[in-house]
Amino acid sequence: MPEHDTGGTLGTPEQEVAGFLRRRSEQIAQRWADEPLFRTVFTVSRDEAVEAGKVVADALAQVAGTQRVEDPDAAGFTGVREQLARMGAARSRAGLSATQVSSELAALLPPVENLLVADLEGVEPERLRECSTALSVLMGTLRLVAMQTALSEVQALTDRQRLQLLEVATPVIKLWDGIVAVPLIGTLDSARSQVVMETLLEAVVDQHARFAILDITGVPTVDSLVAQHLMKTVAAARLMGAECVVSGIRPAIAQTIVHLGLDLGTVKTRASLADALGYCLHELGANIVNAAPDGAGRR
Amino acid sequence: MHTGAGVEARLPIRSDMDLVWVRQHVRQAAAGLGFGLVDQTKLVTAASELARNTLVHGGGGLMEASHVTTGGTDGLRLTFSDTGPGIPDLDRALSDGYTSGGGLGMGLGGARRLVHDFAVESAPGSGTTVRVTSWVSRPPRPREDA
Repeated sequence: MPEHDTGGTLGTPEQEVAGFLRRRSEQIAQRWADEPLFRTVFTVSRDEAVEAGKVVADALAQVAGTQRVEDPDAAGFTGVREQLARMGAARSRAGLSATQVSSELAALLPPVENLLVADLEGVEPERLRECSTALSVLMGTLRLVAMQTALSEVQALTDRQRLQLLEVATPVIKLWDGIVAVPLIGTLDSARSQVVMETLLEAVVDQHARFAILDITGVPTVDSLVAQHLMKTVAAARLMGAECVVSGIRPAIAQTIVHLGLDLGTVKTRASLADALGYCLHELGANIVNAAPDGAGRR
Repeated sequence: MHTGAGVEARLPIRSDMDLVWVRQHVRQAAAGLGFGLVDQTKLVTAASELARNTLVHGGGGLMEASHVTTGGTDGLRLTFSDTGPGIPDLDRALSDGYTSGGGLGMGLGGARRLVHDFAVESAPGSGTTVRVTSWVSRPPRPREDA
């Protein structure tokens, strides 16, 4: 490797840093491979860690070369985003908090800074200080990119789970010819109740249902908004020719509804799903009798 | 005697998701203080109504929960505060069926019936604070309207 031929002739401090990062990427990667962040993520071999370090150093050099050391959206970071996310995720899985991961990323700066000082030996102190500042800013931006990537992954996961919850929580069950039931579970916020209404109305059409049972056994709190959603669903089903029965009203919920002053008088209610099914069957003219010779059946 | 551990809290109310936290915290706090199932449900429902008011009408705010005792009786006090537009006509807001937000208009009046003590402070432009308290057994003092 040739002795440094820098002399501080290369344009701005950022460009000088870019040149330094390109020249010394091998050495930087070697030093980084000993830092906890790389050492613990790339456990198979040291070469692997060095290789990964070189990729990061090259990306940093590219960003510095385009004079955008403060910009986390700089094009140079695109290539390393995924790798940074993987490293961050690996450290999180190992039980580190976001702060600890962040300080491990910060620990990547000192070795590079030492190399920079050695590399620019003989350069004016003022110039060296400027280059050093540019490098610090660049490493700070790298940290930001890593944390941003990790956060957006968590956000994406949360969004996916919320969508899953919307789907999972609203199955429509056919109980009998012309009778469908929706067991409602959890919080009925506006988004969920909209999904419930849609799936129920679709089922009413598909199954030619005359009765729809909304079972609220799994709904922990019935306040005025939940009641309003229920009444709207019932009214919409009625417009389509289906009668709704709300079942699964527990004693505590019943007392609360009364104290709250809600009038559910327009809604047919039953204490349990079994009662509601019995009512619907009766209305359909299908009676269940005990000890029928060939089992209970439909007439 | 129940300890009040895990009761004290200051929960932000900024989105629908925060309402879930409010309900869960109130349910756990009430259960921890020895509230029966019916009283737990009443208090959680009242908290749900008031927190939604804070969010929808007050533009977000804060719920503070605290453990209070009087004459050896444990109680749970919930304070909902916002810095929204305030309630111009309190009597009307407390009457059933009056709504300014497209709901059923049962929230504030209904919440008052679900708790033992209910106090609301509001002035147009200076936000709204609703303080409710429920006691584990009967309310320690007879109420005027009881």
